[in-house]
Amino acid sequence: MNKFQIILKGIFKENPTFVLLLGMCPTLATTTSAINGMSMGLATMAVLILSNITISAIARFIPDKVRIPSYIVVIATFVTLLQLLMQAYVPAIYETLGLFIPLIVVNCIILGRAEAFANKNGILDSACDGLGIGLGFTLALTLLGVVRELLGSGCLFGFRLIPADYSILAFVLAPGAFIVLAYLLVLFKKISK
Amino acid sequence: MAVRSNFKNMTLCLMVIGLVCSALLAFVNQLTQEPIAAAQEKKTLDALKKVMPDFEQVSESEIEYEGQNYHCYKALSDTTVVGYAVVSSAMGFGGPLELMVGFDAQGVVWNTSVLAMNETPGLGAKCTETDFQSQFEKFDPAIRSLAVTKDGGEIDAITASTITSRAYVQAVSNAYKLIQHIKGGQCHE
Repeated sequence: MNKFQIILKGIFKENPTFVLLLGMCPTLATTTSAINGMSMGLATMAVLILSNITISAIARFIPDKVRIPSYIVVIATFVTLLQLLMQAYVPAIYETLGLFIPLIVVNCIILGRAEAFANKNGILDSACDGLGIGLGFTLALTLLGVVRELLGSGCLFGFRLIPADYSILAFVLAPGAFIVLAYLLVLFKKISK
Repeated sequence: MAVRSNFKNMTLCLMVIGLVCSALLAFVNQLTQEPIAAAQEKKTLDALKKVMPDFEQVSESEIEYEGQNYHCYKALSDTTVVGYAVVSSAMGFGGPLELMVGFDAQGVVWNTSVLAMNETPGLGAKCTETDFQSQFEKFDPAIRSLAVTKDGGEIDAITASTITSRAYVQAVSNAYKLIQHIKGGQCHE
């Protein structure tokens, strides 16, 4: 498999949200608007690429029985770094994502890729896998955010398209997240057939 | 694949990873400490500028009133007091709603700003919008009734978010009482 195929695989064939159904908590919770979904996706992607690279580099030296704690420490370090950097340089985004940034540590996509891909493959391949899966996650979250924001508050990336009186509030709330996710899943299945 | 585990290499491995990671974190923490503090200071200053009349400098103080600690700011232009601001919070729908409430020198509400909130998006979260907040601009609780219309006051609540609106009013009202208390104590200065 070449690098390009690895990246494409993460976006379509193994899309973390629509095919693997991993990381549902941030997917449902942070997609109240397109910009929130996208920033969450990008933050996760940054951690995923870095942790994939690091883990594929050090996996050979880690004894089998302590590999999970070791991976978690590596992932937690990158998440904390990201959190500190975001807090310092993009405080507005940090505030809207809030609690979900530290929660990236327990996002199963990241540990999942470490276990399923990074510890068996080379550094470059792992970086591509991180990029692909990360892009897949970002695209899915942005799409979910776009639909919810458009239906729920009548805006798209903060620009008003539909008058406020015609928006359906439920789509910004939790039930809307489930409904939109379900419809997008069906759509994705249909298209990929 | 991975090395065969024994007690020695497991301990060593976790120790090395722990050490490297904490060193990295300590380094970045030191690097970002200043920008983080600066970002927070800027946020406070922006809120102060929004809620009080133009000022040149501002002094901070902690005041205890009715069993609660408040963070207060006094705005000065030359040596005359031009306004006050109080950080005041009340229980909203999704947790505490923290406001910065500003007053002019006479103790009339000048403007308000939301510092932290966790209200429902699309409902209570509308308390950060000017549509709702503009009702509090230049509001004098001494001659007008500071309460939501449902409770017989003059503030129009956000549709379907009475709890948030009440919390907002409560926080403003607490800040107002505190300012009256401070001004009462200082009028013979």
